Amino acid sequence: MSAASPIPAAYPGEWRTPSRGRVAMFALIIGESALFTIFVVAYIFYIGKSLSGPTPQILEVPVFSTVCLLSSSLTIMLAERALRRSRIGVFALWLGGTIGLGLTFLGGTAIEWHKLIYHDGLKINTNLFGTTYYSLVGLHATHVVIGLMMLTTVFLFTLARKMGEQHSERIAVLAMYWHFVDTVWVVVFTVVYIVGR
Amino acid sequence: MGENSLQLPGSIGLTRPRPFTETFPEWLHEWVVTVDHKRLGILYVLYAIFFLLVAGAEAIAIRIQLALPGSHFLTPQVYNRFFTMHGTTMVFLVGMPILFGFGNYIVPLQIGARDMAYPRLNAFSFWLTAFGGLFLYYSFLGGGGLYGVGSAPDVGWFAYAPLTARAFSPGHATDYWALALIASGFGTLGTAINIIATVVSMRCKGMTMMRVPLFSWLMLVVSGLTLVTITPLTAAQIMLVIDRYLGGHFFDTQAGGSAVVWMHFFWIFGHPEVYVLVLPAFAIANEVIPVFSRKAIFGYPAMVAASVGIAFVSLSVWAHHMFTVGMTSVSNTFFVLSTMLVGIPTGIKIFNWLATIWGGKIRFATPMLFLIAFLYQFLIAGLTGIMLAVAPWNWQLHNSYFVIAHFHYVLVGAIIFCIFGGIYYWYPKATGRMLDEKLGKWHFWLFLIGFHVTFDTMHFLGILGMPRSIYTYQPDRGWNTLNLVVSSGGMIQAIAVLLFAFNLIWSYRHGPEAGNDPWDAWTLEWDTTSPPPPYNFAEDPVVRSRRPLWDLKHPEDPDWEYES
Repeated sequence: MSAASPIPAAYPGEWRTPSRGRVAMFALIIGESALFTIFVVAYIFYIGKSLSGPTPQILEVPVFSTVCLLSSSLTIMLAERALRRSRIGVFALWLGGTIGLGLTFLGGTAIEWHKLIYHDGLKINTNLFGTTYYSLVGLHATHVVIGLMMLTTVFLFTLARKMGEQHSERIAVLAMYWHFVDTVWVVVFTVVYIVGR
Repeated sequence: MGENSLQLPGSIGLTRPRPFTETFPEWLHEWVVTVDHKRLGILYVLYAIFFLLVAGAEAIAIRIQLALPGSHFLTPQVYNRFFTMHGTTMVFLVGMPILFGFGNYIVPLQIGARDMAYPRLNAFSFWLTAFGGLFLYYSFLGGGGLYGVGSAPDVGWFAYAPLTARAFSPGHATDYWALALIASGFGTLGTAINIIATVVSMRCKGMTMMRVPLFSWLMLVVSGLTLVTITPLTAAQIMLVIDRYLGGHFFDTQAGGSAVVWMHFFWIFGHPEVYVLVLPAFAIANEVIPVFSRKAIFGYPAMVAASVGIAFVSLSVWAHHMFTVGMTSVSNTFFVLSTMLVGIPTGIKIFNWLATIWGGKIRFATPMLFLIAFLYQFLIAGLTGIMLAVAPWNWQLHNSYFVIAHFHYVLVGAIIFCIFGGIYYWYPKATGRMLDEKLGKWHFWLFLIGFHVTFDTMHFLGILGMPRSIYTYQPDRGWNTLNLVVSSGGMIQAIAVLLFAFNLIWSYRHGPEAGNDPWDAWTLEWDTTSPPPPYNFAEDPVVRSRRPLWDLKHPEDPDWEYES
């Protein structure tokens, strides 16, 4: 890091390097993007290739869940800003809101999958559509769960009064991950519910 | 070299690490829980050398089987397992760990940092990789499934569908393959992220990006490439596991799935992977060649640009592994041209190395010998690569021993030679003692001869039509003599590697004392003690050029006067 060196004048001017947290999260996001790309390509390639069973026409567009997840990007941004200004109460409020919106999204997925499995008879081994649909949407949902676990950890620390303005850099890194999860949903939503239907 | 005359402003307090008197359990505990990048780097390298011996033994068994026609040294089942495990081990448990081991050890020292950006992530990544490897080898015991004990993966290192489907690969062997590589893949991802964060964010004062030593620069490029290389493999293997455990249909042709999709996904990983392995080898060359030619590297910015160029081009060449699958003419043409494009940045590098050596005062110590052999062999490997990139030529020779010869020329002739050179170069830094130079020269010449006897000959076998992965062959095919020659070359290489392993152990106790800077080198790792203290530098160093130690040793003619 850019810890002050005890040798003055050897290097004139301030020495700054980019934040390692942001760099590492950016690198992780690039890697994750490649992972999702493969699943998205597989989904697109296999559209209409199922030989039997239900087709994507049975899907209903999850408008409410989508609105919830995308708004959570806004709430985490507000939480980040509150923490930077040391307003811990406001931070806890927006953080809780983010977790709530994420949970609502997962609930929507649960209801959707319940309908698909018990009403439409679509399981992961039913046909190619089932395989690709559950893997892609499931992979994204897994990332939402991981994000919620991290957010909840932060929330618990906040309730225990351990969070302060000095942590705002770390929360900014966590927010980067959350924004990424939301962005991926935009891609998944477009591919699965608009292009593929 | 006096201990005090060689210190950068700031890098003071170079006391030898205090001698520990500790019991064996304490010593072991320290190595297991360590988060020190130097110890983890050493663990990576030792782990890789162990698996180098294992996978080398598998290769020797394969060559004994093929030395004579109609041989029954191995059963066909064991033969299939051995060539699968040889390939998988060499790529995932030898190549990647040893190169990341070098990266771990050298990068923080070279950029003047005290450790990696994330020491604990670093330890976590190592142990993930390590247990991934053990998990893969456990399949020899636990992969039995229907066949009883002893069923390691036998589907080839590229594990083509539909052979990997439950119907054709019952038991758990293929699952061990997929799950072990998913686990070690996450470890690799963690290390790649760590190296990127380290090089970008942990540089010492004054080390701008255009002053970062080329080794560290290339490790940054490799790590970036790894991010988008290893994850597609993980994705494809998750799909394979879904197919095998949950009854999915990704690669199930009976249900509309496609086996060719697996090939695409695998080679989207598989080809950039070659560059993930070879770029760290270039990184070693970038350090060793200038130091032993007594000249600064020729064309530093061009080297950086060529490395980044190779990384980008390598992402668009994967389907040259699939010319015989039957793609459209447009795809064939695209992949022929993109593959040939790799030759341009690679050529820039070779010319830059030659220009570095040109007019230099060359010291033919063991590291330099390996690097000179590397230059020639990598040139030949590149040329056969361009031959194979021509689609009609490829149709003729695909999956023959010509292909095997080509990629072993890259993996052994270029990468392993660089790794050996790198170990001779940095061993004194890591242990405080020099490797024995006489044994080193024996190692070099035996390995060089063995390498050429084996892999030059393989080219001819390929042109004579011998396909890869065959268990045995009839005596009347005209391959008998050449196969015997190839196998005897393998034995010579095995002797050389055993000499090397002996040298590593013997010199640890008996090698001459190295001192801080045995090679009169110029990068920051030679500014601290050998081995370096846990904190590397007592104070953060400050640099003004690409060769901080040159500036220090030659205050009358420092580099920073010439670098803009």
